[in-house]
Amino acid sequence: MPTTETTRSTSRSVGAVLWDWLTTVDHKKIGILYGATALVFFVLGGVEAMLIRWQLSRPEAAFIDPDLYNQLFTMHGVTMVFLVGMPIAVAFFNYLIPLQIGARDVAFPRLNAFSYWVFLFGGIFMYTSVFAGIAPDGGWFGYANLSLREYSPGPNMDFYALGLQILGIGSIAGGVNFITTIINLRAPGMKFMRMPLFTWMAFVTSFIIITALPVLAVALFMLTFDRFWDTHFFNVMAGGDPVLWQHLFWLFGHPEVYILILPAFGIASEVIPTFSRKPLFGYAIMVFSGVLIGFISWGVWGHHMFTTGMGPIADAFFTISTMIIAIPTGVKVFNWLATMWGGAIRFTTAMLFAVAMVALFTIGGISGMMHAASPADLQQHDTYFVVAHFHYVLIGGLLMGVFAGFYYWYPKVSGRFMSEKLGKWHFWTFFIGFNAVFFPMHWVGLFGMPRRIYTYAEELNLGALNLFMSAMSLFMVVGTMFFIWNLVRSWRKGEPAVANPWGGSTLEWSTTSPPPDFNFAELPVVRSRNPLWDNPEDYDERVHTEPAGGVHMPNPSFWPLITAFGSAITLILFMTHIWWMPLVGLAITAVATINWAFEPAG
Amino acid sequence: MRDGFSKYARRLAPGVLILLAGCAGDYPQIMTQPVSEWGQIQIDIWALVTWWTVPILVIVIGVLAFILVRFRERPGGPEPKHVYGSTKIEVIWTVIPAIIVLIIAIPTIQAIFALQEEVPEDALVVEAIGHQWWWEFRYPEEGIITANQFYVPVGRPVALMLRSNDVIHSFWIPRLGGKRDVNPVVRTPEGVEPMHLNHIVLTVDSAGEYLGQCAEFCGTSHAIMRMMAVAVEPEEYDAWVEAMTVPEEPEADLAQVGHDIFMRSTCIACHAIEGTRAQGRLGPDLTMMGDRFSIGAGLMANTEENMTEWLLHAPELKKGILMPGARVEAGGMPPTALSREDARAVAAYLASLRLPDPLVPAPTAPAADPPAGAEREPAAGEREPLPMGPEPESD
Amino acid sequence: MNAEAHAAHPAHSHPPTATGLDNLKLGFWVFLGSETLFFGTFIATYMIYVGRSLEGPYPHEILDIPLTTVSTFILLMSSLAMVLALNAVQKDNRRGALLWLMMTAGLGSIFLGFQAYEFTHFYNEGLTLQSSIFGTTFFILTGFHGIHVTVGVIWLMILWLQTYAGRIRSADALKVEIAGLYWHFVDIVWIVIFMLVYLMQEG
Repeated sequence: MPTTETTRSTSRSVGAVLWDWLTTVDHKKIGILYGATALVFFVLGGVEAMLIRWQLSRPEAAFIDPDLYNQLFTMHGVTMVFLVGMPIAVAFFNYLIPLQIGARDVAFPRLNAFSYWVFLFGGIFMYTSVFAGIAPDGGWFGYANLSLREYSPGPNMDFYALGLQILGIGSIAGGVNFITTIINLRAPGMKFMRMPLFTWMAFVTSFIIITALPVLAVALFMLTFDRFWDTHFFNVMAGGDPVLWQHLFWLFGHPEVYILILPAFGIASEVIPTFSRKPLFGYAIMVFSGVLIGFISWGVWGHHMFTTGMGPIADAFFTISTMIIAIPTGVKVFNWLATMWGGAIRFTTAMLFAVAMVALFTIGGISGMMHAASPADLQQHDTYFVVAHFHYVLIGGLLMGVFAGFYYWYPKVSGRFMSEKLGKWHFWTFFIGFNAVFFPMHWVGLFGMPRRIYTYAEELNLGALNLFMSAMSLFMVVGTMFFIWNLVRSWRKGEPAVANPWGGSTLEWSTTSPPPDFNFAELPVVRSRNPLWDNPEDYDERVHTEPAGGVHMPNPSFWPLITAFGSAITLILFMTHIWWMPLVGLAITAVATINWAFEPAG
Repeated sequence: MRDGFSKYARRLAPGVLILLAGCAGDYPQIMTQPVSEWGQIQIDIWALVTWWTVPILVIVIGVLAFILVRFRERPGGPEPKHVYGSTKIEVIWTVIPAIIVLIIAIPTIQAIFALQEEVPEDALVVEAIGHQWWWEFRYPEEGIITANQFYVPVGRPVALMLRSNDVIHSFWIPRLGGKRDVNPVVRTPEGVEPMHLNHIVLTVDSAGEYLGQCAEFCGTSHAIMRMMAVAVEPEEYDAWVEAMTVPEEPEADLAQVGHDIFMRSTCIACHAIEGTRAQGRLGPDLTMMGDRFSIGAGLMANTEENMTEWLLHAPELKKGILMPGARVEAGGMPPTALSREDARAVAAYLASLRLPDPLVPAPTAPAADPPAGAEREPAAGEREPLPMGPEPESD
Repeated sequence: MNAEAHAAHPAHSHPPTATGLDNLKLGFWVFLGSETLFFGTFIATYMIYVGRSLEGPYPHEILDIPLTTVSTFILLMSSLAMVLALNAVQKDNRRGALLWLMMTAGLGSIFLGFQAYEFTHFYNEGLTLQSSIFGTTFFILTGFHGIHVTVGVIWLMILWLQTYAGRIRSADALKVEIAGLYWHFVDIVWIVIFMLVYLMQEG
């Protein structure tokens, strides 16, 4: 295969474009693929949320059948965590890490493509079940023994066990890739303590991914074996213990929360300094608090299980560890405030979202402190109070951060600005809608509405509040429509953007918008934490001017796609209950892997 | 310190809550007005955390608002000074939250241990057993079994021993206090793994009817797994125990017909009624069904009409249950083939299974207010008093 | 430093890395870190369920320590062979490389043979995936380990074929080194399993 010389061809056939995307190993294209796919799932997850709100708008409503409702809330959770939250973070990682550390690509470009395709196949597999009406219905947490064949006889929870397993493969491969990239591909002078905070948070997140996902993988294997081969991991009649599932799931599940939120912290830590025109306050503290959060995230899982009955000593331990994790998190919030203090704040849409993220995440953090205290959690656990809490963390924190990131880096990716006018509409409708839905939800919880119920009794007196929340959720729909329209419209019609349109300080702004395939013609040399502010003279057009001989880039490859297909189909074929069928998938994987291994990487 | 504080918090927390909510109303499952010390401890901790953390939120939002106004970009304004950090400030805002955490953590941990009480000697033991999707209550010492609604005396410790017959449930009656999971019994070589069999020990302070429901997702009809605790004065409780252990006698003709249908149909394979030949244990016990707050573990109000519908269409009204309808099988059980008339008669029979009202006859004036707990009006308005029927045969 | 890095990896056209470590090697270490959690969770599960079986055969009735000591020794020796294989490749000693790669894969296969025998024997004794919690956790834990060994053997066979075809020289030693990392990891995991499952059994 010839070495691809990187030039942007202007007119190509549809087939050639398709082939290009199917075989791409370019981190930027893969990042775009991740982002676009995650947005599709975001819309699907949003539709599920709206159906849930529809059903809950009235007490004793019967718009939606309970079995369908259970599928909806399960898939809403699974989708938003595994098919939106993680991949959208990975989209940013993919696009930005190499640019921020001054590299031409990730360490393993083909593995990167593989990760994406596995994610796509896993997502498609899970959504096949949704459209077939047999989606997982045991909650995103899939508690055994409800999830065992005895109590969930249909194929629903098979999709859960196998689908998440597929998604986990891609995540772990991605984690390995990003860690290696960040350690090994930093440009000359890009010391660890000079890395942009976003890259740092990506680094911590990747470590959590490679350590937390295997735990989930094992739990899912156990569930799969219990469901398919009647093993006894969670079968109480044979001495299996369903509480083990809870421990394993939350041992994964709580680090997972930080997998979701740390990237948003990273985004806020890039956006806020740029639009305050001030360097990040307390950089080192911001880095270490992120690392500390990563470590402590492994010691707090029990706070999901205060009602399980772990005994007072475990309850006390997890209460304290959970409260302690609030300290580094609080420090981050204070440092963002200090970064803005004394700055010259520009209220771009990106900044609005970043500021909203700081405020709303703090609300989620405070309510988090409330159920960190095990005695209080005995009441709040599994009520809408908790639902309000984690939507403040995940929408208020993660999603607001992600929106900020979209508006901030869109000019880099597309070479065009997103419309600020549509952006403001997006911000205000979404912001108002979000708070109107989720702030009253605290009271709905305190007034005694449990989670995961398809209907509630009229005498709970919660009809009015629920109706209000359901109605207000339409604002979020409108906001999302503004966002998607803005994304699509601006791709061709947005105002053209220069290399560093916002006056950012990090390396990604030194190259063109959009960057050339090779990112940097010459690897940049870094002399400080904010290179574009401190040494702007270092980064002129030489950074992105293609040298005469071209830049040697990795070859495109078809094998990651085939390997991903093989891996996914191996697990999917378990659904046939024919023991040798997975071997077919295994054979595809083996052939593809060997071809991959012997193909010149370029 | 804790006592002084909690008094303060107790007085203020619910008030502030309602104030913030902006709408006072009657919320039967509100978690901030517990009627037991057990529940009060939990809410005190919540109030404690709230008082220490919400000010932080207010400060953060306030400072943020100030920053956004004060430090917005102004045309021709000076270039902001590049400040990279300050160790002193970092130390301050690390140490202050740490101190707050400490202040919160100490009473919290005391509370955690206070909530894990051993079962006292004089406690009334009630086994609460979770089923998909109803609650069974057993009083081993009194020999009573009932379902979805249970009586406890005010002022005496109650030990709720929780276990599940199938999947994990969670026992939650917010006014009594927080929830504990209802775990299935794990078999071990020694017999039973006791670790996950939780119990709650609490003393109800005031009489009343307290609604609750399962709080751990447990399958299709998890939403309809409701229950009610009826707290009554001790002498009323004793009367209840007595009434529950004495065989019931249908009063009305229709009820008598219903009794006969009930006893000769498949109902008795799953349901028990104390003092009759119905001794099935798969489904909810129906002793004193006429006094229950609902049909189908909170599905609908306990009226004869609703009961008739329920008997005819149970699997359609509550998805996933094992009880068959008149035409539809469920849980592998064939349809009951009850006609509407049959069902109406059975409903009348079940409605006739009532506790004496009032539970304890008032010594002097019979017109006195009925005691709390027995104040429910007869559920079905259309039920006419009929002459006493013949004594039922319990063959 | 750049020149050195290039000299050490002429077959790899990557630019030199920030740490001087090869990407593949670093990435593989990270992957093994992830694998540690994978096996750690399975092993922890096994340990949690020790002594919780309701029905026999129980571990002490069925686990054959002398037999498994032999197979453990064989797997340990395969690690030694792996070291020698890498050494031979690095020295461009093709015959040595062929011999020791074959030896490693062969010893690995013998270990798998022992495991196959053990599984069949246990099965005939009534210990199955479904017979008890011990059966479940034992077969799944050792089974996943066995799958890892199998993958290792296949990997080594491919390396052997490549060496035979003359496509692996000292410059490609990294390929063998990474296979070696994997092999040693799988070996260490087995030692942990052997200690916890076989030697420290209760009940």
